[in-house]
Amino acid sequence: MSLLLLLSGTSTPVFAGSEDVVVENAWSRASIGVNRPGAAYMTVRNTGEDTVTLTGLTTPLAMMPEIHETKTNAEGVSSMAPAGEITIEPGQSVALKPGGLHAMLMKLQNPMIEGETFPLTLTFSDGGEVTVEVPILGIAARGPES
Amino acid sequence: MQRRHVVQYGAAGVGAVALMLGVGWWRVDGPGAPKPAGQRPLPLSAMDFRLTDHEGNEVGPETLIGRPTMVFFGFTYCPDVCPTTLSDISGWLEDLGNEAAQMNVVFITVDPARDTVEAMAEYVGYFHPAIRGWTGPANQIARAAEGFRASYERVPTEGGDYTMNHTASVFLFDAKGELVTMIDYHEPREFAVPKIRRALTEYVEGAT
Ligand SMILES: [Cu+2]
Repeated sequence: MSLLLLLSGTSTPVFAGSEDVVVENAWSRASIGVNRPGAAYMTVRNTGEDTVTLTGLTTPLAMMPEIHETKTNAEGVSSMAPAGEITIEPGQSVALKPGGLHAMLMKLQNPMIEGETFPLTLTFSDGGEVTVEVPILGIAARGPES
Repeated sequence: MQRRHVVQYGAAGVGAVALMLGVGWWRVDGPGAPKPAGQRPLPLSAMDFRLTDHEGNEVGPETLIGRPTMVFFGFTYCPDVCPTTLSDISGWLEDLGNEAAQMNVVFITVDPARDTVEAMAEYVGYFHPAIRGWTGPANQIARAAEGFRASYERVPTEGGDYTMNHTASVFLFDAKGELVTMIDYHEPREFAVPKIRRALTEYVEGAT
């Protein structure tokens, strides 16, 4: 980032696209202590004219936050693996929702307590970042509206 | 630190092989001998396993016979599919209200190493009070999964921990212990609830 700014030598934004990213309906579930991983869900919308690429996550809550994808095969067996980079075309959105893509919060630093929130920062390939405050719902929550 | 992880994986590998051999033996010679139907879960009366529920009671397939039953395999360290399914099940039970009061609802762990009786008790406490948690020795969990034709697999994760791949379907049995049908992961409530009503009312003779 700072290197890019030095090279461009101006105060004009160096981001291409990620400044047009809007994160909606973020939510997560409370945890039991810190040994189990948490998960967070949201919709990431690209309102701009350029394709954006979500490359990673950071949060003070977890030492190892990662975007994962859960898949269920024809035999009904579900598995979960890192999803890698996620490309969002202009005008499109990507839903992180139960049973699909999710923000996996591994190595929790604090318990996730119902009623509290935590900041989650999405990082993009253009160097831009979007930080969202994620509300923590109950363990049995089904979504932001329940 | 790195070395310790390698040693742990080694030990897990040996355990996995032993488990596979056990399952293999059971499949060939035991009560799980192959059936032409292949993937179809056995009737509860044909299953054979001994587990412990989250209150410390000894349980087995016979515990479930006499009432309609809903069974789900998972593990409490699951961040995504298991809490979602348990909250789905809680929602179905709320929809059914008194109708479901006489139903067995059981969450069987596929991760007995971490899911002790105490861990199961705390975890199921966050969901519908009808949901029971069952755990037990690894070989008995394997026998249970074999009976239900459920599968699971331990998968190491980057951070030195592990996760479990597992069958995410919910199994429905009638009061006689015959399979009625299965509910797929995240099946919409308007399909799931009528299936449960069928398990509550129907005495199924043959196939679904
Ligand atoms: Cu995950």
